[in-house]
Amino acid sequence: MSEYILCFVLFCIGLYCVLRKRNIIKIIIGLGIIEYAVNLFFILLGYRAQGRAPVLAKDQAVTNIVDPLPQALVLTAIVIGLAVTALIVAIAIRIYDKYGTFDITKIRRLKG
Amino acid sequence: MKNPEPGMTLIVKTITRLTVGLILLYGIYIVLHGHLTPGGGFAGGVIIALSFIHLMLAFGKETALKKLSEARASLIESLGAIMFLSIGVLGIAGGYFLFNFFVDKGRPFHLFSAGTIPFCNIAISLKVGAGLFIIFAALIIFRSLGSEE
Amino acid sequence: MELNLLLLFMIFSAIVAVQIEDLLSSVIAVGAVGLGLSLAFLVLKAPDLAITQLVVEILCLIILIRATIKKDLPFSTSGRWVFNTMSTVVFVVMFLLFAFFALRELPRFGAPIMRVAQEYIATGLQKTGAANLVSSVILDFRAYDTLGEATVLFTAVIGVLAVIRKVGRINNEKS
Repeated sequence: MSEYILCFVLFCIGLYCVLRKRNIIKIIIGLGIIEYAVNLFFILLGYRAQGRAPVLAKDQAVTNIVDPLPQALVLTAIVIGLAVTALIVAIAIRIYDKYGTFDITKIRRLKG
Repeated sequence: MKNPEPGMTLIVKTITRLTVGLILLYGIYIVLHGHLTPGGGFAGGVIIALSFIHLMLAFGKETALKKLSEARASLIESLGAIMFLSIGVLGIAGGYFLFNFFVDKGRPFHLFSAGTIPFCNIAISLKVGAGLFIIFAALIIFRSLGSEE
Repeated sequence: MELNLLLLFMIFSAIVAVQIEDLLSSVIAVGAVGLGLSLAFLVLKAPDLAITQLVVEILCLIILIRATIKKDLPFSTSGRWVFNTMSTVVFVVMFLLFAFFALRELPRFGAPIMRVAQEYIATGLQKTGAANLVSSVILDFRAYDTLGEATVLFTAVIGVLAVIRKVGRINNEKS
């Protein structure tokens, strides 16, 4: 039970960073921490106490294996998270070229 | 203390020459044994992309782009996607879309087994590896003015 | 027991990454959080995910460092204004309320409800012939999700090229 609570605390730290910081790179770091917390929560749901990894060996019986379905979902989610982070960083570089700063309170105009 | 030639110092270049081939070989090993040991297409594809990025970081953009130009990387990425889709369409002959249509699944725990799964692993690794290399090359090459001497 | 220690290490590194002022140091602290996550995947018996998380974390660090180097400005981490503080408190309190209601419905840690996966485990080796059950799930039982993921990656590559390439064109026009 305490593992779930610690995972929610990690999510709250990322949420605070997205809402309260002024620098775009800090906001990207907060989004990354939120993504780590969500992936960890998926895998915590599928853990079986004293289970085995879902890779079968030649001479062992097929018993007591942890849940392979959340692991398959999180495997694609990790790579998609990397692609989204690369896209946000590209947009941030473009914003720096146009406005000369990373501070979001100085980026007001939407056109021009 | 900036070097007049592109890339990093001599120590980094020597170590890169020794290890970049081993990293590529390790990535190919993880892709090919994806149905027997942990790993699979995604992890192997990222490791293959990391070996080319290592070359680009240590030697500069020109040398790395001579080994793998952007046009060829884009061709490899599209090739991976077409291979995955054609394996799926061929499955219609056996039953439904993306059906594992090899009737004889081979002996388990051997390298040649599990139907179409090794071919799907190779297609996914080509797509992921080439895509990540293109993203990194675009972020580094088109650097804007005012941030690079 | 080790899992709780790893989670405490990750929370401490996340607090360091959020509060520190220098951009390069906070990016390295996020790398420490990712490393702790990879070790947590290993303790939770998921070796595929540990390998993938480690290499993806390395690539993410390289991209973030190349974006922030030579570009860090001295900035103040003070918040914006009173309305912002109020809305932050409201959001966090709402999330904790929903988390409390969700925590009462979750199964006990270590005893999952595996209704769909029982069939995959029982017939996986015989139907597909692959010894790695996670590979047989993502490439044979649920191959549509892998096709969707390939599409998302393709869209991200096109998006990055479309955003960045304008810089080259404007430079050529000006000079």
